[in-house]
Amino acid sequence: MTWEVVIGLETHTQLSTRSKIFSGASTAFGAAPNTQASAVDLALPGVLPVLNREAVACAIKFGLAVGATIAPRSIFARKNYFYPDLPKGYQISQYELPVVAGGGLKIRVGENEKFIHLTRAHLEEDAGKSLHEGFTDVSGIDLNRAGTPLLEIVTEPDMRSAAEAVAYAKALHTLVVWLGICDGNMQEGSFRCDANVSVRRKGDEKLGTRCEIKNVNSFRFLERAIEYEIRRQIELIEDGGTVVQETRLYDADRDETRSMRSKEDAMDYRYFPDPDLLPLMISEEWIANIRKEMPELPDAKQARFQSEYSLSAYDAATLTASKAVADYYERVLAKFRSEPKLAANWVTGDLSAALNRHELEIGASPVSAAALAGLLKRIADGTLSGKMAKDVFDAMWNGEGDADAIIDQRGLKQMSDSGAIEAIVDQVLAANPKSVEEFRAGKEKAFNALVGQVMKASQGKANPAQVNEVLKRKLAAGT
Amino acid sequence: MSLTDADVRRIAHLARLAVSDTEVEAARGQLNGIFDMVEALRAVDTTGIEPMAHAVEMGQRLRDDAVTAPDLRDKYQAAAPAVEDGLYLVPKVIE
Repeated sequence: MTWEVVIGLETHTQLSTRSKIFSGASTAFGAAPNTQASAVDLALPGVLPVLNREAVACAIKFGLAVGATIAPRSIFARKNYFYPDLPKGYQISQYELPVVAGGGLKIRVGENEKFIHLTRAHLEEDAGKSLHEGFTDVSGIDLNRAGTPLLEIVTEPDMRSAAEAVAYAKALHTLVVWLGICDGNMQEGSFRCDANVSVRRKGDEKLGTRCEIKNVNSFRFLERAIEYEIRRQIELIEDGGTVVQETRLYDADRDETRSMRSKEDAMDYRYFPDPDLLPLMISEEWIANIRKEMPELPDAKQARFQSEYSLSAYDAATLTASKAVADYYERVLAKFRSEPKLAANWVTGDLSAALNRHELEIGASPVSAAALAGLLKRIADGTLSGKMAKDVFDAMWNGEGDADAIIDQRGLKQMSDSGAIEAIVDQVLAANPKSVEEFRAGKEKAFNALVGQVMKASQGKANPAQVNEVLKRKLAAGT
Repeated sequence: MSLTDADVRRIAHLARLAVSDTEVEAARGQLNGIFDMVEALRAVDTTGIEPMAHAVEMGQRLRDDAVTAPDLRDKYQAAAPAVEDGLYLVPKVIE
């Protein structure tokens, strides 16, 4: 039996506003409990929500980036349920008329490209947090998060594997961070995915019964949770059972999903338009103004990097994996434009490796873009060999100054003076008659030994390409 | 449309209201009365009329994204039945 997997994702992205969606309380993460919960967030009697303009602007930016329709008129609705971290007894969300409809994202899995369609994206408020640890008969409620603006982004059931779902989640994460509408911090819950997973027999038109997996806060867990859920559903059906529509929680410690609530007590949210809020009107003019300020998007930037800097698709994709990396790369080129491929190699190679080693984001790199450009100049003009450049880079990383200062201090200049190199080669040939003899007897290895001797005699400063050339010439002349 | 006792109990449960059997009886009559009025409204021909989301024909006013609310936790928590370390305490929430 072949099975087809069908996955749709709902992602809650916390929008990077300073204040909450309906109140003037701060959204900063990590404050002492309830110090950022205002009367509106606490649902004290008599308060009214007033919508944050910036939260709407974030939704418009997102809509434009994914080619969606921005609704000229959208409506806020009350989603009614009881939970201690939801003081009003309802969440303000959007239901019938969301702010963003349609559009989609291109994803890549291996060599394959695929377009994932979006159903909608709507504005809503986050709930507070319930804390259970350290309490026996009670729970503690922190409402600092209550009212934080969320954009909930919903896909069509377009994904056919856990790998595709993860590729989509990563592409979406890159995009919202790129647009500056979300900080993307998954540890702090700024980007949270729920996955709707079902399976059906290959060729079936009708979708199977789906389960929704909640509580997934990393790409790795998303993949594992979906993989587990697919196996569970297939085994269940093959053993003669049926999948029950329910919400399941992923337990990372046990690497399994388990039932949270089944359809029997499924929520009936009784949505209705919130009488506290008037319809959200978005003018053509507002959209046009935001369109003007939109940054170049990842795909466009990648295409431009390929054409403008003659980079491979791979290099261009790596450099545009985040806006911060792409910006850094272009700042390097602003200072040193003649060898974009060399710059790409260093940004995606040594720099990236050093950042990973020290667990730093590129914005916190101790080697600035201008400093790296200074190093690249000295590689390009032959002052530094590849090996020497790596040493200079390490010194720059450790704060020993810019490339030229380090080269001076350490006397690192690569020797490209052909007269000087010839002199050293002559000395080495005279001092190593045995190696010369062996080379002439056809032992190729002897040549490398001689190169090594020359490099050693020059204290590593001789230009290796020149050494090769001079040695070859002199050995040939000697026969 | 007409509600049954079971419907009334379900609606009461969703609203977390405890209703006795006699209250169910009374509520059913009142709710069905409301539904009759809704039915009367539904009888009006609204073809071609866009539904309103609000009784006022205006757009939502927007506010600038600025932090304006001061920290008044101590005042708010003075009215709470139980607090600890800045947290509101509630009966244990079981997932």
